[in-house]
Amino acid sequence: MSHAATHDAHHDHDHGPEKGIMRWIKTTNHKDLGTLYLWFSMIMFFIGGLMSLVIRAELFQPGLQFVHPEFFNQMTTMHALVMIFGGVMPAFVGLANWMIPMMIGCSDLALPRVNNWGFWILPFAFTLLLSTLFMDGGSPAGGWTMYPPLVLQTGDAFPFLIFAVHLMGISSITGAINVIVTILNMRAPQMTLLKMPLFVWSWLITAYLLLAVMPVLAGAVTMLLTDKYFGTSFFTAAGGGDPVMFQHIFWFFGHPEVYILILPAFGIISTIIPAFARKRLFGYDSMVYAMASIAFLSFIVWAHHMFTVGMPLAGELFFMFATMLIAVPTGVKVFNWIATMWRGSMTFETPMLFALGFVFLFTIGGFSGLMLAIAPVDFQYHDSYFVVAHFHYVLVPGAVFSILAAIYYWIPKWTGHMYSEKLGQIHFWLSAIAINLTFFPQHFSGLAGMPRRIPDYATQFTDWNVISSIGAFVYFVVQFIWAYNMIVYCIMKKGEAAPSRVWDGATGLEWTVPSPAPYHTFETPPVIDESEVQGAHADEHQAEANPA
Amino acid sequence: MFTRMNRTLLAVMAASVTGLAHAVAPYNMSPGVTETTREVFGLHMLIFYICCAIGVVVFGAMIYSIFAHRRSVHPKPADFHESLKVEIAWTVAPFVILIAMAIPAAGTLIEMDDTSGSDLTVKITGYQWMWEYEYLDEEVSFLSRLSQESNQARQLNSGIDVTKVENYLLDVDEPLVLPVGKKIRLLLTANDVIHSWWVPEITGKKDAIPGYVNKMWVKIDEPGVYRGQCAELCGRDHGFMPIVVKAVEPAEFEQWVASRGGKTDTQVADSAPAPVAPIEVAALGNIQLAESDTGSDAGMSKEDLVAKGESVYKQNCAACHMPNGVGMPPAGFPSLVDAPKVKGPAEDQIMQVLKGKNAMPPFAYLSDEDIAAVITYTRNSWGNDYGVVEPAAVAAQR
Repeated sequence: MSHAATHDAHHDHDHGPEKGIMRWIKTTNHKDLGTLYLWFSMIMFFIGGLMSLVIRAELFQPGLQFVHPEFFNQMTTMHALVMIFGGVMPAFVGLANWMIPMMIGCSDLALPRVNNWGFWILPFAFTLLLSTLFMDGGSPAGGWTMYPPLVLQTGDAFPFLIFAVHLMGISSITGAINVIVTILNMRAPQMTLLKMPLFVWSWLITAYLLLAVMPVLAGAVTMLLTDKYFGTSFFTAAGGGDPVMFQHIFWFFGHPEVYILILPAFGIISTIIPAFARKRLFGYDSMVYAMASIAFLSFIVWAHHMFTVGMPLAGELFFMFATMLIAVPTGVKVFNWIATMWRGSMTFETPMLFALGFVFLFTIGGFSGLMLAIAPVDFQYHDSYFVVAHFHYVLVPGAVFSILAAIYYWIPKWTGHMYSEKLGQIHFWLSAIAINLTFFPQHFSGLAGMPRRIPDYATQFTDWNVISSIGAFVYFVVQFIWAYNMIVYCIMKKGEAAPSRVWDGATGLEWTVPSPAPYHTFETPPVIDESEVQGAHADEHQAEANPA
Repeated sequence: MFTRMNRTLLAVMAASVTGLAHAVAPYNMSPGVTETTREVFGLHMLIFYICCAIGVVVFGAMIYSIFAHRRSVHPKPADFHESLKVEIAWTVAPFVILIAMAIPAAGTLIEMDDTSGSDLTVKITGYQWMWEYEYLDEEVSFLSRLSQESNQARQLNSGIDVTKVENYLLDVDEPLVLPVGKKIRLLLTANDVIHSWWVPEITGKKDAIPGYVNKMWVKIDEPGVYRGQCAELCGRDHGFMPIVVKAVEPAEFEQWVASRGGKTDTQVADSAPAPVAPIEVAALGNIQLAESDTGSDAGMSKEDLVAKGESVYKQNCAACHMPNGVGMPPAGFPSLVDAPKVKGPAEDQIMQVLKGKNAMPPFAYLSDEDIAAVITYTRNSWGNDYGVVEPAAVAAQR
């Protein structure tokens, strides 16, 4: 606190928020918008979760019991779109909104009005998308990957899908621009790039990825639109087009996209583990370089999603080798997290539990990813439940656990009140057990030959599917414990009041302001105490002179 | 409900933990029956064991640290935070492991790519939702669809216990018959959307893409029946277009070709024109092959439309509305016999077929002729007599 308010007290604009609903509609405050993003994301997680329950209910037993195959396909398609674009991405943007200005010592994002616009596009985008559920002919059912020619068979829902994707893309691009200009221009004077918290670094890299690939997605879906309505044949073989070209364009977006979904998680885990190990992050510089390498590699591996389309041999070899390379920087990150824990002094509050759960389970997803990279074996794995297990391991106990960890870690700062540690621990353990029940058996059913995206299956896959469905229902129900904990203890203030430095091992500028964080923070740049920065320290030489 | 749940849970536990209730469900890739699938299986196990070894080290270190370096036993944290040597080591070590894995993988990939010197070529075409197999030299071709028994059982709330259906969802009316011990080249394409042909025991999958001809090869070692499924989402009935390969001795294969009226090896040499079995011609006529679209719409009589409509109906409508048109009202599939929609204005019925309604998907991807035919068929079957719909009327409403 002391180093936060060194400048002369000049503010005449130290006002609070507007009252009522207009506060949320008109707000340009990064904290308000962060809150909006997080609420939006939570609603989407529950909607997407309900869709996954339809899927798991139908797959509980062989035979069709609840839904028609067409509706099942709508559910798998919508579940993915809602979870990726409505759940995970807005959650990370919400965290960026809340934390980046507080972490680099600036008063708000560089473009506050753009920030407001970026958020308020989303409810419209998802209204468009979800409205298709109520149309004759139903929602898009061609998979979230929107492969033509299948997607061109979509009925009236088609233009809604395309425009919803466009709106999501615009929202992401505005968010990305805002993050980049804020980080590059608005850091407190002593906050050099290599001193920034890794969460900020992870978002800087993510934002560049977003900026590079969201327009590619927009281009791809626009071509779909003109193919359907304006007589072009970009992807129609009969008109001289090429259905595989769509896949190349889509995955040129899609592979960086999966790192967009995981890089901020890396940043979060790199923040939480040092805090609870009470030890500085091991290998800060190599963590930054590892993230940058992953981001670079993400642009040259896209066709590993397409090993079975019949690429030339040279292409398959190249994409296999390039994909395997990603294991190197990813390995560095995992090793560095463990080295951070090594000979630390760890306690296991809920954020740490989720962070450790992330490292364990994300690594399992990494292993299956490495297996999938081997092209000749991928011919067997591809489009089977093995793939479903893989990407859910990196997305649910990966991205989603990191989001939960981040919320547990920072919500006392946001609301000024602690969550219930007991409920948090219960939430973690039940979630960790349920998520493994859900997704681990899918490795087995996939290897045994069960294709993905099928509403019904041959009877030898029954056992694994029963376990998987039970796990999914438990996981969904358990999330209400979390929602209760957050709403009652933190938002409705049942929990005890939080001190400004909520966690004794935590470093960073956000802990120098009171809890709850005032509506405006760092209106004048703080003077930074070196002990608060995650990167290079001024006392470097001293530390090296006295190794532990 | 609760007791049923308990029973299922118990059964699952019994099955997966003790293996007493019944054989444990399959949980690993099959080594298959070809040299390639065995090699692929070997690679799969190799990389799996490598991952396990890395996992033991990584998770071991992590678990040790969680116990040994918790605050209650290790109150004072160390303050090291980098080590160039260690970091270089754990960058280089994975790199070396990866190279060790990449070399055999590349070898297998190169082998799999070489389709030269094949003894037999089969062209496989994916349709929504069936496969067509064409033996190019033997001049035999036929369609292969989900077996009737599975097809009935898989309807929503069919009331049929699917566990009693043999090879549920993995059985077809006509399997692909292939000789063992021969290098067989498979050419893959599709007529409508992308499909993917996958029989795990004889080969990995390859996509069947409209406008492309992909190729792969198999050489099956053991006679037997091998089952697989379409592996690329291809619309409503993606889960219901299985693949069955029956591998037989070459002599038996020759007999089979002869019985299908195809050219056997000797006949191919004589290049005698062999008659194509009429059943295949009929079957081919049922699907919207490019050639059939070239026929002019104008000259179709009511009889032509009804005849064509019947096959379109069987392929697209009968699963829900039943072959005799009575539907399955309890499951939400209305009867078409004397139904208001079928009696009413043709425009409404055309619109519903084009756009779909509730559980009924849009069928706009069918040709004008097919839609006109199938509507005419429903209006003139099962005692219905409500007139003819011309392809032009469908075209007008698109």
